[in-house]
Amino acid sequence: MWDYTEQVMDHFRNPRNVGKIEDADGVGQVGSLACGDALKLMFNVDEDDRISEVKFQTFGCASAIASSSALTEMIVGLTIEEALKVTNKDIADYLGGLPDEKMHCSVMGREALEAAVYNYRTGTSGDKILAGTIICHCFGVTEEEIERVTRENNLKTVEDVTHFCKAGGACGICKDDIQGVIDRVMAEVKVEESPEYEKPAKKMTIVEKIRLIEKTIDEEIRPILAKDNGGIDLIDVDGNKVVISFTGMCSGCNVAHFTMEGVVQAKLRKFVQEDLVVVEEKK
Amino acid sequence: MKNYYFDNNATSAVAPEVTEVMLPFFTKYWGNPSSIHEFGGQVGKYVRNARAQVADLINADPSEIVFTSCGTESDNAAIRGAVEAANCNVNLITSCVEHLAVLSLCRYLSAKEKISLAEIAVDGKGNLNLDEFKRELAKGPAVVSLMWANNETGVFFPIQKIAEMVKEAGSIMHTDAVQAIGKIEVDVQKTPVDLLALSGHKLHAPKGIGAMYVRKGTKLNSLLIGGHQEKNRRGGTENVPYIVGLGKACELAKAGIEDERTRVAALRDRLEAGILASCPDTTVNGDVNNRLPNTTNISFKYIEGESILYNLSDLGIAASSGSACTSGSLETSHVIRAMGIPFTSAHGSIRFSLSRYNESEDVEHVIANMPAIVERLREMSPFVD
Ligand SMILES: Cc1ncc(COP(=O)(O)O)c(C=O)c1O
Repeated sequence: MWDYTEQVMDHFRNPRNVGKIEDADGVGQVGSLACGDALKLMFNVDEDDRISEVKFQTFGCASAIASSSALTEMIVGLTIEEALKVTNKDIADYLGGLPDEKMHCSVMGREALEAAVYNYRTGTSGDKILAGTIICHCFGVTEEEIERVTRENNLKTVEDVTHFCKAGGACGICKDDIQGVIDRVMAEVKVEESPEYEKPAKKMTIVEKIRLIEKTIDEEIRPILAKDNGGIDLIDVDGNKVVISFTGMCSGCNVAHFTMEGVVQAKLRKFVQEDLVVVEEKK
Repeated sequence: MKNYYFDNNATSAVAPEVTEVMLPFFTKYWGNPSSIHEFGGQVGKYVRNARAQVADLINADPSEIVFTSCGTESDNAAIRGAVEAANCNVNLITSCVEHLAVLSLCRYLSAKEKISLAEIAVDGKGNLNLDEFKRELAKGPAVVSLMWANNETGVFFPIQKIAEMVKEAGSIMHTDAVQAIGKIEVDVQKTPVDLLALSGHKLHAPKGIGAMYVRKGTKLNSLLIGGHQEKNRRGGTENVPYIVGLGKACELAKAGIEDERTRVAALRDRLEAGILASCPDTTVNGDVNNRLPNTTNISFKYIEGESILYNLSDLGIAASSGSACTSGSLETSHVIRAMGIPFTSAHGSIRFSLSRYNESEDVEHVIANMPAIVERLREMSPFVD
């Protein structure tokens, strides 16, 4: 018996917004039958870019169903920009907390939302694809995901990471690698918190932003893509939208859109601005 | 709300007859059976009586019964004691579907003492790969630990045949009979096991009491080294009330075997058939022709076990699941995985395990409510259109 809160049991017993939206504006699915939980999130938006309707379907345990249901309540009526600010911790808090071992259910909610927004903005599939630097092969969790949950939730141990994104939860061979990511994130956080560290200025002019984006692409992204003989060009920056195109190996690569989210968007969000959305220009 | 209890392989209700015989040993006869004075010494005969009751259930000699604190201790004492008595110059042979009381211990011993360990595979129905077992047994002296009946599926290993082979090979045979004892006939005169583990709380005695059968002449180091209790085989002042309770539970179990074989088995069959008929996309895990009379393990495709269990629980129904989410681990149970259950079914496995206290009304309550639960969860599932 899990120590579920009343809110979790309420959302599990009476889930809000279960169902499907035909031809939804944004659809995102994460997880799988094999993994033991999966969430499909669908939404429509109105003229003001506000989420006007949202539905979900979930396969999973009580807390997976409750997290999905809570997420739909939290984002309906929000603009896409506002919705993207919802973190896995917000979902857990909304439910009055989740058992440690079940935090990955809230992460699944956040990931499905991002996948659905990606689908809405680009028209391409927002489903999570397993590629990039996979650390946990049992559950298909990448280095970027582990880094992100570690950062966002201030995780300190491999066990924590397992609770939040499942990585390391099966055969356990990757536990050393996970520890490596934690160590790196903790070292980086220390630097960022030290008084000498200058945070990138919050308000940038558009020119400054483009420069910083170019610099990040040059220093952070190209070296990674170059390992696979790929390249990237910056096409346009429009508000929070960054348009790029892949060249070389990356362009025809079927994992390109993963690279997009996991590498390009993740790096740009980290070094430039947290709410950037990167889309690929199709030639 | 009425409790519809279908989780007897996890733990069982303490029989009222058992509680009754235990109580005087808290209130009146609380002496130490090793004492010379009459007040303590008089307790000894109740312990002797209980030992005879336990021995009688499995057709052993009372001197071959050692009381322990639980099934896990019995498994540990048997396997570890046999390995150490052989100065670790043995191979360990077990199966990949054992209870962790055996499996984790074997892995620990293998790593610590550098003992070779074979975990024999099972097929899709949970039956042991006997060819693989024979090959391992031929490799040299071994301590073999194989379960009589599986706790998740109820599937039997052919312990009669296995024990004969082990004896023939001159190796040591332990069986974890925790789930078999009280549900089917077990006779150590017929089946040549050297060591056997049983646990009180699976047969209507309380938690915290178990026993180990040690065939006369078996070389065994003790796990709890201390006083002279249990003929030096297990130190520690006897847990008299619980020992008396276990004795009574064994006496009741012996009288109840026929009821298990007939009435309980019929209830289980009715439950299983009722669910399979009313819920589409369901399958039974494990060999239906070779299992305990009280257990059924059913997979509901495309939905997840924990959410099924909470829905059942809201109706007063207690069952359990091999799904990942229920255990706090992220994988489905090692038994389900070892059987190679397809991933579409693996996360939705539910075990119903009955006992002498189940009635037809309980079974009908489950059958009547199951379809709505399954339908509701499937409607919510992204994998069902
Ligand atoms: C097959 C089997 N072996 C051993 C045990 C352990 O017994 P106990 O809980 O008494 O330690 C159990 C109970 O969970 C079991 O089912």
